[in-house]
Amino acid sequence: MAEITYLEAIREGLDEEMARDPNVFLLGEDIGAYGGAFKVTDGLMAKYGEARVIDSPISEIAIVGAAAGAAHMGMRPVVEMQFIDFIANAYDMLTNYVATARYRAFLPTPMVVRGPSGGYVRGGPFHSQNPEAGFIHTPGLKVVYPATAEDAKGLMKAAIRDDDCVLFFEHKYLYRRVKGVMPAGDHVVPIGKARLAREGRHLSIITYAAALHKSLEAAERLAKDDGLEVEVLDLRSLAPLDDEAIFHTVRKTNRVLIVHEDTRTGGIAGEITARINESCFAYLDAPVLRVTAHDIPLPYAPALEDFVLPQTDDIVLAARRLAAW
Amino acid sequence: MPPKTARPAAAAGSAQHLGDALPIERKLELYYWMRLTRSLEERLVALYRQTKVVGGLFRSLGQEADAVGSCFALESRDVMSPLIRNMGAMLVKGATPVEILKQYMAKGDSPTRGRELNIHFGDIGEAGKTRGFLGQISPLGDMVPVMAGVTMTFKMRGEDRVGLVYVGDGATSTGAFHEGINFAAVQRLPLVVVIENNGYAYSTPTSKQTAAEQFVDKAIGYGVRGEQCDGNDVLAVYDCTKRAVDRARAGEGVQLLEFMTYRRKGHAEHDNQSYVPEGEIERWAAENDPLDRYVRVLRERERVSKATLDEIDARILSEIDAATDLAEASPFPQPLDALIGVYADPPAEQPLWYREGADVSSLGKERADGWGTYDASKGGPR
Repeated sequence: MAEITYLEAIREGLDEEMARDPNVFLLGEDIGAYGGAFKVTDGLMAKYGEARVIDSPISEIAIVGAAAGAAHMGMRPVVEMQFIDFIANAYDMLTNYVATARYRAFLPTPMVVRGPSGGYVRGGPFHSQNPEAGFIHTPGLKVVYPATAEDAKGLMKAAIRDDDCVLFFEHKYLYRRVKGVMPAGDHVVPIGKARLAREGRHLSIITYAAALHKSLEAAERLAKDDGLEVEVLDLRSLAPLDDEAIFHTVRKTNRVLIVHEDTRTGGIAGEITARINESCFAYLDAPVLRVTAHDIPLPYAPALEDFVLPQTDDIVLAARRLAAW
Repeated sequence: MPPKTARPAAAAGSAQHLGDALPIERKLELYYWMRLTRSLEERLVALYRQTKVVGGLFRSLGQEADAVGSCFALESRDVMSPLIRNMGAMLVKGATPVEILKQYMAKGDSPTRGRELNIHFGDIGEAGKTRGFLGQISPLGDMVPVMAGVTMTFKMRGEDRVGLVYVGDGATSTGAFHEGINFAAVQRLPLVVVIENNGYAYSTPTSKQTAAEQFVDKAIGYGVRGEQCDGNDVLAVYDCTKRAVDRARAGEGVQLLEFMTYRRKGHAEHDNQSYVPEGEIERWAAENDPLDRYVRVLRERERVSKATLDEIDARILSEIDAATDLAEASPFPQPLDALIGVYADPPAEQPLWYREGADVSSLGKERADGWGTYDASKGGPR
C-alpha cells in the first residue's frame, strides 16, 4: 500500500464514511466546487453531489447550528471551519447549544466540526490558532487532535460515527509533511485513547499534534547526545483524556514534561499536571514541567513566530533539566 | 415611541381569510388553546408565589393569539421551535399542561428530568412518532440556524414537512438570526420565521433595537417573502401563517412574518416594568386583549353562546387542577441523576472523590420510562 499524506488520510476518512453512510454530509465555505482552502474535500462534490457537499455562505454560526438541527433529525454532518480560528464565531452555538443538547433535552447531536489548526506556517494571528482549550473546558464536547496520517484517518472515522459532537483539529503544518501507510480494512481509532509514540524509561513527554514531531526529534537527540531514554505519549484525544495512559507513563518514568503548541495559561498542560498531582504525586521524582507557546497572539514574522512557539531546542533543554532534577 | 400596531395596509393586504372559513369546531379549538394558555399561566403564577416554581416565570399575557393562531396553521408532521412566550404554540403542538407544570416545578419526571427550566423542552424526530416541537435555548436567535438544519433534512429526504421558528423583536439583532435566515434563504428551505414584535426585549423598546421602520422590511434584504399582521387577532394570525406555511410547503422557500402584539407583563415575573410609559399596559389590556377580541368574534359573529364558552372555561380549569395535582405529587430528581447523559458514551460521569460512595454504575438510562405524559404508541396522552 502506498503512503498518503495526513491531508489525504483525512479525505480518505471522509470519503469512506460518506460511502458507508448516506446520512453523512459535508457543509462549509468553499468546500465543494473549489475543494476547500487546503483541498481537504477536493473531489468529494464530484463524487457525492451538491446535496452532500454543500457550499455555504460565510456563516459559522449558521453552519454549526444547521448541522446540529440536521443531526437531531438523524443526519451526521461534518462541518468545515475554513481556518479553525473562525470557530470562535460559533463558540456560542457549540458550547451553549450543541454541547448541552443531549443532557438538557435528550437530543442526539452526532456531528463533526473540523478545520486546519496550528502554527509554524507564517499564518499570523488569525490563521495559526490552537483554540482547543476553550472547548475541552466545555462538558458535552469531544476533542481530538491527531499527529499522524494513520490517526487522522482513523479518528475521523471514529468522530463521524460518534453519537456526540466531536471537534476535529487538523494540524495544517502536518497536512503535507507527514505521511503514512493506512492499515487495511475499516481503520477506526477509538476516541479517548492515547498512543505510545516512543518507549523510554528515564522521563516521559506527554504531547499531541505538531508538537509530537518536535518531541520525537528531541527524544532522538537526547538519546544520541545524553543517553536518555525518553518515552513519548501522543494524546490524540484531548477530551476525554486518557488518564490511564498518562498515569501509566508517570508511574514508569517518574518524570514528566508536557509539551503543547497552545498558549500556556489555561492550556491543557495545566489540567494534565493537576491530574498527575492528584493521582500520582507519590510517583514523581521531580515537578511536572511544561513547554508551551508564550502567552502571546501568534505573530507573523518568522523571527517572532519561532520565538513564541515551542521548538525542539526548548524541549531538549527542558528534558535535560527534568532528568537532572 | 409607543409600540406599534399592524399597519392597516399590511393587515388589509391579506386577501384570503382562511381563518373565517374554519368550521366552528376549529374556531372553538382556537379559543380553547388561548384560554388554556392564559389559565395555565395564571396557575403558574399561584405556584410561583407559593415558591413551588423554583426558577423564573415567563408570561405571554396579551400574546396568546399570536402563539396559538400561528401554530394552528401547522400540520402535526411539521416542526416548530418556540420562544419563551410561545407556551400557547407548544400546547397546540401537543405539549401537555402537566409537562409544563413539572418543568417549572423542577420535577424528576419532567420532560427534561429537572435539567432545564420552564418551556425549554421538546419532542422532535420522525413524523407521526413525535409531536414536532424543538426546545429553545436562552441565547436568542440560535434556534433559527438550528431550524434551518431541521428543515434542511426535510428537503434532503423529500419529506412534505415545514418548519416554523419564533423569534422576538430583540433576537433580530443577533448574528445567529441573520446568519440563520440568510442560510435558509440561500438553501430555499421550507422555513417560516416568525418575528413577534411585542414592543420590548426585556426593558429595551423596539426603537432601540432597530432603525428599520418595521421588521418585515428585512425580508427584502434576505430575498424572502415577508408579511405582517395584527398579532392580537387570532384569525388574522392564522390566515397569515397558513399562507406562509402553504408557500413554504410548495417550495417557495423561507417566509418572514411579523406579528404586531404587546407584552403586558415584564420580561419575567420579577420585572416591575418601571420602563414602561404610564398607561400603556392598561390601554392594551382595555382595548386590545386578544382573548376579549376573539370572544367578541365568537359571540357576535359566530353566535356562540356564553354557556358554550363557560363550559370550555370550566373544562380547562378542571384539566389544570388535575395536572397540578399530578405535578405536585411528582418526585424531585435524585441528585445522582445529575451525572447521567452528558454523552452517549460514557453514559454517566463519575462523582468527584469527595463525593465517594456514589454509585452511578446502575444509572445508564437517559430517558425515564414515564417521560412526559405523551405516549407515542397511542398517539396521545398516557
